[in-house]
Amino acid sequence: MENYPGLVTAIIIIPLVGFLINMFWGYRFGEKISGAIGSVAALLSFGVALLLYIYLLNSNFAAAVVNPPILDRWIEMANGTLSIPWQMRVDTLSVTMMLVVTGIGSMIHIYAIGYMHGDPRFSRFFSYLNLFLFFMLILVTGNNFLMMFVGWEGVGVCSFLLIGFWFDKTNGVGWKNSLAARKAMILNRVGDFGLLMAIFMMFWTFGTLDYFRPGEIANVEWAAGGGHGEEAGHSEEGAAEEGHGAIPASVTVAMAEGRSRQQAVQQEGHGGEGEAAAAEGEAHGETDGHSEPALPVYTDNNHIETSQLGVFGQAERMLEDHHEVDFGPFNLPIETVLVIITLFMLLGAAGKSAQIPLFVWLPDAMAGPTPVSALIHAATMVTAGVYMIVRSNVFFYEAQLSSFVVTVIGVSTALAAGYMAMGQWDIKRVLAYSTISQLGFMIAAAGIGAYAAAMFHLVTHAFFKALLFLGSGSVIHGVEHGHHLAHERQHGGHGHGHDDHDAAAAHGHDDHGDEHAHHDDFDPQDMRNMGGLAERMPITFITYMIGTLALAGIFPFAGFWSKDEILLDGYLVGFFGDKGPLYNLGGFIALGGLLIAAGFTAFYMWRQIQMVFFGQARTEAAHHAPESNAFMCIPLIVLAVLSVFGGFFNTPSNVLGLDNIFGAHLFTSFLEPSVLHAHVADFNPFLAIAALAVAIGAIMLAHRIYAGSKAVTASNTDPLYENGSTRRMWAFANARMYWDQFYGALLEQPFNRSSKFLADKLDWAFWHDYIHDTVIFKGFNAIGQLLSKPVDVGIIDGIVNAVGAVVRWIAQWGRGLQTGYVRTYAVTLLLGVVLVIVLLILPALTQAR
Amino acid sequence: MPESAISITTITLFIPLVSMFILLFLKEEQAQFIRIGALAGSLLTLGAAVVMWAGFDITNPNLQFVQRGEWIPTYGISYYVGVDGLSMILVVLTAFIVPVAVLASWHMHVLEERGRQKLYYIFIMLLEFAMIGSFVAQDLFLFYIMFEVTLVPMYFMIGIWGAEQRVYAAIKFFLYTIAGSILMLLALLYVGINAGTFAVPEITAAVRANPALFPFAGMFSTQSFLFLGFLIAFAIKTPMFPFHSWLPDAHVQAPTAGSIILAGVLLKLGTYGMARFCFQFFPEASVAWAPTVGVLAVIGILYGAWVSYAQTDVKKLVAYSSVSHMGFVVLGLFALNAQGINGAILQMVNHGISTGGLFLLVGMLYERRHTKALDAFGGIWKVMPLFGGLSLVITLSSMGLPGLNGFVGEFTILLGTFGSEYLGFFFALFATLGVILAAVYSLYMYQKVFMGEVVKEENKHLEPLHWQETLLLVVIVIVIIWIGVYPATFFGSMDASVNQLVQQVSAVAQSIVSR
Repeated sequence: MENYPGLVTAIIIIPLVGFLINMFWGYRFGEKISGAIGSVAALLSFGVALLLYIYLLNSNFAAAVVNPPILDRWIEMANGTLSIPWQMRVDTLSVTMMLVVTGIGSMIHIYAIGYMHGDPRFSRFFSYLNLFLFFMLILVTGNNFLMMFVGWEGVGVCSFLLIGFWFDKTNGVGWKNSLAARKAMILNRVGDFGLLMAIFMMFWTFGTLDYFRPGEIANVEWAAGGGHGEEAGHSEEGAAEEGHGAIPASVTVAMAEGRSRQQAVQQEGHGGEGEAAAAEGEAHGETDGHSEPALPVYTDNNHIETSQLGVFGQAERMLEDHHEVDFGPFNLPIETVLVIITLFMLLGAAGKSAQIPLFVWLPDAMAGPTPVSALIHAATMVTAGVYMIVRSNVFFYEAQLSSFVVTVIGVSTALAAGYMAMGQWDIKRVLAYSTISQLGFMIAAAGIGAYAAAMFHLVTHAFFKALLFLGSGSVIHGVEHGHHLAHERQHGGHGHGHDDHDAAAAHGHDDHGDEHAHHDDFDPQDMRNMGGLAERMPITFITYMIGTLALAGIFPFAGFWSKDEILLDGYLVGFFGDKGPLYNLGGFIALGGLLIAAGFTAFYMWRQIQMVFFGQARTEAAHHAPESNAFMCIPLIVLAVLSVFGGFFNTPSNVLGLDNIFGAHLFTSFLEPSVLHAHVADFNPFLAIAALAVAIGAIMLAHRIYAGSKAVTASNTDPLYENGSTRRMWAFANARMYWDQFYGALLEQPFNRSSKFLADKLDWAFWHDYIHDTVIFKGFNAIGQLLSKPVDVGIIDGIVNAVGAVVRWIAQWGRGLQTGYVRTYAVTLLLGVVLVIVLLILPALTQAR
Repeated sequence: MPESAISITTITLFIPLVSMFILLFLKEEQAQFIRIGALAGSLLTLGAAVVMWAGFDITNPNLQFVQRGEWIPTYGISYYVGVDGLSMILVVLTAFIVPVAVLASWHMHVLEERGRQKLYYIFIMLLEFAMIGSFVAQDLFLFYIMFEVTLVPMYFMIGIWGAEQRVYAAIKFFLYTIAGSILMLLALLYVGINAGTFAVPEITAAVRANPALFPFAGMFSTQSFLFLGFLIAFAIKTPMFPFHSWLPDAHVQAPTAGSIILAGVLLKLGTYGMARFCFQFFPEASVAWAPTVGVLAVIGILYGAWVSYAQTDVKKLVAYSSVSHMGFVVLGLFALNAQGINGAILQMVNHGISTGGLFLLVGMLYERRHTKALDAFGGIWKVMPLFGGLSLVITLSSMGLPGLNGFVGEFTILLGTFGSEYLGFFFALFATLGVILAAVYSLYMYQKVFMGEVVKEENKHLEPLHWQETLLLVVIVIVIIWIGVYPATFFGSMDASVNQLVQQVSAVAQSIVSR
C-alpha cells in the first residue's frame, strides 16, 4: 500500500504519452484507434486516481510527498538561494481534484469519439485533450505554487488550442474562433500576472513555495485528534514515514525500487544531513520501513524549525508571534503581507475561474467544440481558481479583508452572470454564463471560509455542468443532423431516415470542417431554432432534465446538497461567526446574494428546458433531429447518475436518516486532513426549505412565461422583451451588460491607439527618423562641414569621399555586379584584417604558459 | 597546466578561423562544398564547446581552461583566454547558434540571387571566431578587438545580402555601435593603464585589494564615469531603451542568418559585458546606478512589448520584442543577487534560442512568400501543420510559458528583482506587467500568421518544410523544452561563478552602506 503514492507520477505521464502518440502518429490511425488511445489514457489516469484514493482510505488519509524519478530538480541554485523541485503531493484535496479531472475527463473523451466523428483533425483533438489532462494534473498534484503555475498556464494554452480548434472555418468564423482563443489567453495572463506577484511575495516572505514539506502535518488539530479514530493505523504510518526519509538524492533510488512513500517526518527538513545516511541505507537495503524500530511519532510540527516548514506552516507560526517581514526598503507585518498575497492570488483566480472583472473570455470560449466546453470551460480548468483558494485556505482564512473581497467578487459574479444567462439565445452561452455564476458560488463559499462547501460544489457542479454541456452538444449535434436531413429531403430526395444515422453523420462532419457553404445562416446553437426535442431525443432529454434539476438545486439532486451547504455556511458565518465583523458581513452578503442567484439559476435553466425540449419544433431541423449515438449517450447517462446521487457524498448528519445510509459529512471529513479550515456544518431545515422554495418558485415563474402557447417563436423575441415592464431589463441581459463594449472602449482601443502612437510616432517618426537620422546624423554632418573649411578641407574631404566610395562599392555588390575588382578588394580586406590579428596573436600562442 | 599546452579554449576559438581559411581555398562554384565546409566547421566548434562544457568543473567559480601568453608586454597586454560559468554557457550558445544560422542559409534565396556564397560563409565563420573570442577573452584589450571585429562581418552581411535598405541599415549599425565602443575604449585604456595590466582577473583582484583604485564618490565620480563608459557601449549593443533605434533597421534588413546571429549572440555581448566588466571593476558604481539602469530596463520591457504590438512587419515585431526581452536580462543583472543574475544569464541563452528561432520562422516564411508583412499571411497552420505546431512552441517559449525555457529565465529574473536590495517591489510589479504584454504581441503575431481561414491564393500551396528546416526547428524545440523542464544543467554550470560575483558586489555594497 505504501508504494501507491508513487503512482502519482504515472497519472501525469499517461496522458502525456497519449498526447505524444496522437500528436505524431494519430493521423495514421483513423478515428477508432485515435479516440481509443485518448480515452484509454484518460481512463487509465482515472484508475490511478482511484488507486490513490484507496491508498488514502487505507492509510488514514496520510498525505504523501513524491519526487518523480529522473526529473528530481527544477529551478535550483546552489547554496539554497532558490530551490523549487518537481514534487508532487498526494493528499485528500489533490486526490479529489484528480478524481474529478480524470473521471469527468474520461466521460468526455468517450463522448468526443462520437461528437468529433468525421472531423478532419480528429486525432489532433484527442491529443489536445490528453495534453490538457496532463497540465491539469500537474496543476492539482504539484506540491508547490510554481508547479501549480506550470499547470495553470499549461491548461491555458490547451484552452487556447481548443477554443481555436476550428481556426480555419470559412466565412470569418475561423478568425472569430481564433480571436476568442486569444482573448481567453490574454485575460488569463492578466490573472497570471497576479498569481506571479503572489508567488514572488510568498517566496520572499517564506523562502520557499512548497505547500507542505515532507513530513509536515497539514492539519495538526486533526492529526492530534488521531483523525476520526484509527490511532493504530496512524502510528504505523509514523513508523513507515520515518524509514523512508525523503532526501532528494536518494529518492530516485527509492522510487526505482518501487518504494516511494515520502511521508517522512524529517527533523532537518528538506535535504537534512542527519537523515541522509539513514535514508541512503534504507534505499539500498532490502529492509522495509516497517521492520525498523519505531521512531517517535509526531502529531504536530513543533519539532520542525520554522524555516523548514512549507508556506502555510510558516504563515501560522509567523502569525503567532506577529512577525514583521523584511522587504528591503520596507517592513510589513505578516497580516498585511497575507492580505497582499491573497489579493494577488484572487486576481489569478478571477482570470482562470472567470470572475469579475476578468470573466468576459468564458462566454466567447464557447467557440470551441462542445466537449471542450464541458471539460475545460465547465468542469475542470475553470475550477482551478477555487482549488487554489481552498489550497491556500490558511492564507485566506487569516486575511480577513481579502476573504471579504473574495466573497463580494464571488457573489457579484454569481448574480451578474446569472442575470446575463437569462437573456441569451445560444444554448451554450446560457450554460457558459451559468458556469460563471456557479463559479461565483464556489468563490463566495471560499470567501466566507466554507472551503469544504466550495469543494463540494466544485465536485457536484462538475457532474451536472459537464452533463449539461454534453447534453447541449448532443442537442446541437442532433439539430445539425436534423438540418442536414431536412435539407436532403428537400433537395436530394435520397430519403435518409433517422435510423440511417451513419450516413448522416458522415455528412455531418462538414459542419465541423470547412465546407458547409449551403447552410451558413442556420445556427444550430440558437435555441429559437429548437423546440419539442423531448420526443426526438429522449435520452438527451431525460439526462438534461436531471442536470437542470441538479443545477437548480432541487431535492434530492446533487446541486441541492452542495448549494445548501454554501447557503448554510453563509448563514452560520453571518449570524454566529466570531472571526470579525467583515466575516459576518460577508456571510450575510453570501446568504442573500446567493439565494437570489439561485433563483436566477432555476429560472434560466427552466427557460432553456422549455425552449429546447418542450413545445413544438420551430424549425425543420428540430423536427428531424435524431438522437445521438451510443458514444455520446453513455457518458450522458453516467453523468446523470452522478448528478442524482453525487450529493450523497456529503450528506449532513440529521436529514431524514440519510446519514445512516450514506454516512455523515463524508466529503468534509475526507478533506479535513489537508484543508485546515474545513469545518462541518449541520443541516438547517428552514434554510433548505427556503432555498428549495426559491428554486421551485423561479421554475414556476419561468414555466408561466415560457411554457405552452407563449413559447418563443421564430419571431425572435423573448416574452420578457415583449412585456414593457421587463423589456429593458431583458435587453440589458441580452447585451451582456455591455461588459465587452466597456472593456473595448476603456482598455482595448486605448491600448491599440497608444501602441500605434508609440510605434509610429514616438519610436519611428520622432526617435528613429527625427532624432537619429535628422538631428544626430545631419548635425554630425553639419559640424563636419563647419570644421572642414577652417580646419582641413583635404582630410575631411578624403574621409567623406572614402565613405562615399565604400558605400558605392557595397551598392555595386548589392546590384550583383560581378567585377573581379570588387572580389579582389573584399578578399584582400578580409585577409588583411585576419592577418593582422593572427600576427598579433601568434607570438602569444607560441609562448603560452 | 603544463607549459606549452594548448588549452581547449584556444582550440574552440580557433576552429572557426581555421575553417574560414579552408573556405578561402574553395572555389566559388563549389557551392555545396562551401556550405558543407561551413557547417562542418561550425559543428566542429560546437563539438569542441561541448567537450569543454563536459570537462567544466561546476564547483569552481574561477577561470578554467586558461591559456595565457605574452602579447604586448610593455602595456601588460596578453593573449589571455579562459572560461568561467558566465562565459561557458555563452560559448556553448554561440557554438549552437552558428550551425543553426548556417543551416538556415541552406535554401536562402538571396544567396543564389546575389551570389558570393563563399564570402558569406567566410563572414559567418569570422563572426563565430570573434564572438567566441569576446566571451573567452580575459584580457581587456583582446576583448575589445574581438568585440570590434564582430562588427565587420555583420556589417557586410547586412550590407551585401540584406533587404532593400541594407546599406543604410548596415552603416547605421556600424556607426551606432562604434560610437559606443569609443567611450568604452577610453574607459578601458584608463582602467588598463591605472591598474598596470589589462588582464581581467588581475584588475578585479586589484579592485578588491584597493577599492580606491577607481575612486568612487557618488554617482558622478571617476568610477562612475568609467562605469558609464562601459555601460553605454554595452547598452547600445544590448540594446537598452533608449539606444535601441538601430535594432529594427538592422534586423529588418539583415538576411535570416544575420538576424539569427544578431539576436542569438551579438546582443548578448552587451549584457555579458555588463556582468563581466561593469560589476567586477566598478562595484560601487554598479550599485549606485542600479536603480537608474533598472528603470530604463523596465521601460524597455514595457515599451518594447508595447511598440511590438503595433508593427505590421513580422521581423520588426520580433525585433522590438527583443528590446523587451533584453530589458528583462538587464533588469535581472542589476538586481545584483544570485536569482537575478543567474536568471539573466539563462535568459540570454533563452532569448538566443527563442528569438533566434522566431527569426528562423520568419525567414522560412519569407523564403516562401517573399514578404514579411503580417497581413500577407493567415491560416498558415492549416497549410503547413508541422510548421505551425513547431512555431507555436517557439512563440510560447518567447512569451514565457512555464515548462518552456523563457519562463525559467523570466521567473528567476523577476524573483530576483522583487527581492533585490537595489530594485524591489515596484520594479518587479511593472516588469511583471511585461508578461501580459508579451502574450498580447506574441499571440497577435501567431494569430495573424497562422490562424484564420486561408484567404490569399498565394498561401494555399506553400512548399512544405525541407528536412534541414524541420531538423532545425525540432532541435530548437527540444532545447526549449530541455531548458524549461530541467534548467539545472545550465544553472549548475554558472552558479558558482555567479555566486562569487554576487558576493564581490555585495561585499562592496556593504562597505558603501557602512561608510
